[in-house]
Amino acid sequence: MSLWEYANPVKFLALSARVQPVAWAAALTGIVVGLGWGFFGTPDDFRQGSTVKIIYIHVPAAWIAINAWIMMLIASLIWLVRRHHVSALAARAAAPVGLVMTVIGLLTGAIWGQPMWGTWWAWDPRLTSFLILFLFYLGYIALWEAIEDPDTAADLTSVLCLVGSVFALMSRYAVLFWSQGLHQGASLSLDKEENISDVFWIPLVISIAGFTLLFIALVLYRTGTEISLRRARALAVRLDKEL
Amino acid sequence: MIALLLRDLRLALRAGGGFGLGLAFFLILTVLVPFSVGPQSALLASIAPGVLWLGALLACLLSLDRLLALDYEDGTLDVLATAPLPLEAALAVKAIAHWITTGLPLVIAAPFLGVLLNLPPQGFGWLVLSLLLGTPALSMIGTFGAALTVGIKRGGLLLSLLVLPLYVPTLIFGAEAARRGAIGMELETPLLMLSGISLGSIALLPFAAAAALRMTIR
Repeated sequence: MSLWEYANPVKFLALSARVQPVAWAAALTGIVVGLGWGFFGTPDDFRQGSTVKIIYIHVPAAWIAINAWIMMLIASLIWLVRRHHVSALAARAAAPVGLVMTVIGLLTGAIWGQPMWGTWWAWDPRLTSFLILFLFYLGYIALWEAIEDPDTAADLTSVLCLVGSVFALMSRYAVLFWSQGLHQGASLSLDKEENISDVFWIPLVISIAGFTLLFIALVLYRTGTEISLRRARALAVRLDKEL
Repeated sequence: MIALLLRDLRLALRAGGGFGLGLAFFLILTVLVPFSVGPQSALLASIAPGVLWLGALLACLLSLDRLLALDYEDGTLDVLATAPLPLEAALAVKAIAHWITTGLPLVIAAPFLGVLLNLPPQGFGWLVLSLLLGTPALSMIGTFGAALTVGIKRGGLLLSLLVLPLYVPTLIFGAEAARRGAIGMELETPLLMLSGISLGSIALLPFAAAAALRMTIR
């Protein structure tokens, strides 16, 4: 019994059918409990007031946005090395989810930033890196959409994901350098996790777990859809030839 | 390799368009900037390094879709792929040819356009140096982007969408070096980082570009 057995679409779908209900239920519970506890069960911050509570959406969304790209990178590598179609389709399925999470992270950040920093947007290193990540997601999805042949599309997007990861990482550090160079000492970065007191920390962790499970459930679901779509196309081609 | 380089250079020179077009675009963009932000010389002087870098980057981008598309259409790329010369080397040569026909003229033109934008006198040398160090990376990254999108019909816009995010680190360090040079700040770090990006791109990206190209034309 090895992990690679699930590279077989039938096996993958069987496993996915068993895992999905659990993942959906756990995701729903985690998000409801995490957000509910966070919104109603924690005190207001003494400086930020109730605006601090957006953290229960903002941080999990940002967490997924980054980890979705890492997952796509791993899936792309597996596709390039072992040519498992499920892996390529999973990378494709994860991209829009990551994109949406990036947008949620940016939007909730802006909504929080308006009352707290007095501005919707600042060219802070973290914000800028996220905007660049957003552009990388856009390019990746656009490349998938543009190529007709599914295997070529999987190949080229995988190469883009690999090279893009290197450049995204470089951009991250370049932006850090650039922004410090412009406004020295003006650190607008979010509080580090360890700076949050336990009252906020536990619901936040539950919320992150809920979002992660939601991501897993969504990717499993969307991969299943992609597999069905691929089968339908193959069937259509075969029928065309017979007719 | 040298034969291929000479062929590409000759084609770029004689086919017209490719060679002067990027330069003309660079000139027009620079002329348009004062119209959009106003003619105050202090403002122009402070944004000049960034504008010139952005202009050079966009002029580079403009000529990328011709880099491989013509050779793809007439079958030259298929010949190159089956030739004894490794495809990696062929693509590196193509990037060099692109740099000589696009990047180098931009580097030479930049100081003259700097005059238009009232660039401070001590900034000229650093601007040229930063462009000289950075434009090879632009050409090489662009070649990778062109290899990714060569098989796609109407891939021009997609090419920009893919390549521009990849240009971010080069632009940041290049423009930062030019800006620091213009106001007389210490600029060793951005110049070193810029050279690092160029050398890294030249060393590694031909392999990625060749891999992408093989996937398209196999």
